[in-house]
Amino acid sequence: MVQSLNNLRETPSQTGGPYVHIGCMPTFAGNAGAYATEIGTTPIADGAKGEIITIRGQVIDGTGWALRDAMVESWQADAAGKFPGQPGADPAVSGFCRFAADGESGEFQLRTVKPGATPARGGGLQAPHIALWVVARGINVGLQTRIYFEDENNSTDPLLARIEQRNRVETLIAKKTGYGGYRFDIRLQGAGETVFLDL
Amino acid sequence: MTIDLGPLVPRDRTAHPVAYDVDYKTSVPRSPQWPLLSMESTPSEETGPRFGQSLLGPLDNNLILNWTGGTAAAVGERILVHGRVLDEFGRPVPQTLVEIWQANAGGRYRHVKDTYFAPIDPNFGGCGRTITDENGYYEFLTIRPGAYPWPNRANDWRPMHIHYSVFGHSFGQRLISQMYFQGDPLIDICPIAATIKDRSQLDRLVAPLDMAKSRPLDFLAYKMDIVLRGRRQTMFENKIEGM
Ligand SMILES: [Fe+3]
Repeated sequence: MVQSLNNLRETPSQTGGPYVHIGCMPTFAGNAGAYATEIGTTPIADGAKGEIITIRGQVIDGTGWALRDAMVESWQADAAGKFPGQPGADPAVSGFCRFAADGESGEFQLRTVKPGATPARGGGLQAPHIALWVVARGINVGLQTRIYFEDENNSTDPLLARIEQRNRVETLIAKKTGYGGYRFDIRLQGAGETVFLDL
Repeated sequence: MTIDLGPLVPRDRTAHPVAYDVDYKTSVPRSPQWPLLSMESTPSEETGPRFGQSLLGPLDNNLILNWTGGTAAAVGERILVHGRVLDEFGRPVPQTLVEIWQANAGGRYRHVKDTYFAPIDPNFGGCGRTITDENGYYEFLTIRPGAYPWPNRANDWRPMHIHYSVFGHSFGQRLISQMYFQGDPLIDICPIAATIKDRSQLDRLVAPLDMAKSRPLDFLAYKMDIVLRGRRQTMFENKIEGM
């Protein structure tokens, strides 16, 4: 026998279920007024510096069906690559947003400021990206992924560089659809399955 | 000598449910088939949103009263749910947002898509939130949620449960889970609970009755401690370039 390490194990995840919005997005769930102020309604306030963009997409299951009950959270840096709370960060960027697949169409929409490049561990830069966390009924552990942008230089990003199957890199890259518009679909399973992260 | 916060401790995936489980049918088309991409955490996962006390209303953690603004009480057995948010090293996680949501005493959610014929309680909204104190402690006053049937196999029922969401201080610590109640026989036949293959891990979601915290002639208490991923903290994180 040896001494115990005394470390605790992480509490296990469970699915957010079909009614995750009741707790996280009460107005979206039809329960407006549950809280005086909801969190994550927008990642930016008026006056946020940088390019304002709108990213639209769907969360699609292994049969090709768009989820109607998914909730997504996003976290990002400001246009200069500073995370909220860091010295010099844009006070108009809270960086955090919650958005949901529409109950009819499955479409989601994120309106935000395009983030700048951020530091990588051990030096260098990460290409501009938005971190995502996807939860829904049937997802037992929330799925982490990232949105990168096709009109940025992604060639030296350390995370993208780790993807062995280079054909899968494009699953993390939002496609420009017009001025300030991008498309980013999240495929949970099957052909074109999004690269999900463990970091 | 400085103490630096290093990367997040890699997630021990054996502590968690499996993604794909035939007995939980919705997981079948919604579980990734390819391995997750693993690497050391980056500032995108090590930073995260912070929420202050000013966000909270006075009744936000009282689900018995918050839906009516304190004018009428929800139907059901009154319970206190309390505990601490800790990290894997046993350190308290202070000032972090904890959100909960649940069915009413009859097992019905206040949601347009819930058509179970247990009645809606006009005095119950079903969500609450609070921020942990400097010791990582939190508490909610609520009613015991009812068990409810759900479409999966022909006759599946969810045990009594409270859904919860915790932020920690890093986006990579984000966790959503569920709390069950000691002694509920439905836990052992629930396909969602059974997605956790390590029984000792499932047991950690089962809140014990806590008579020491219950208030005579008022409410019973249940204790639910929550452990989030830790972050390496060492005196030797400052290493020579290239080492
Ligand atoms: Fe539930």
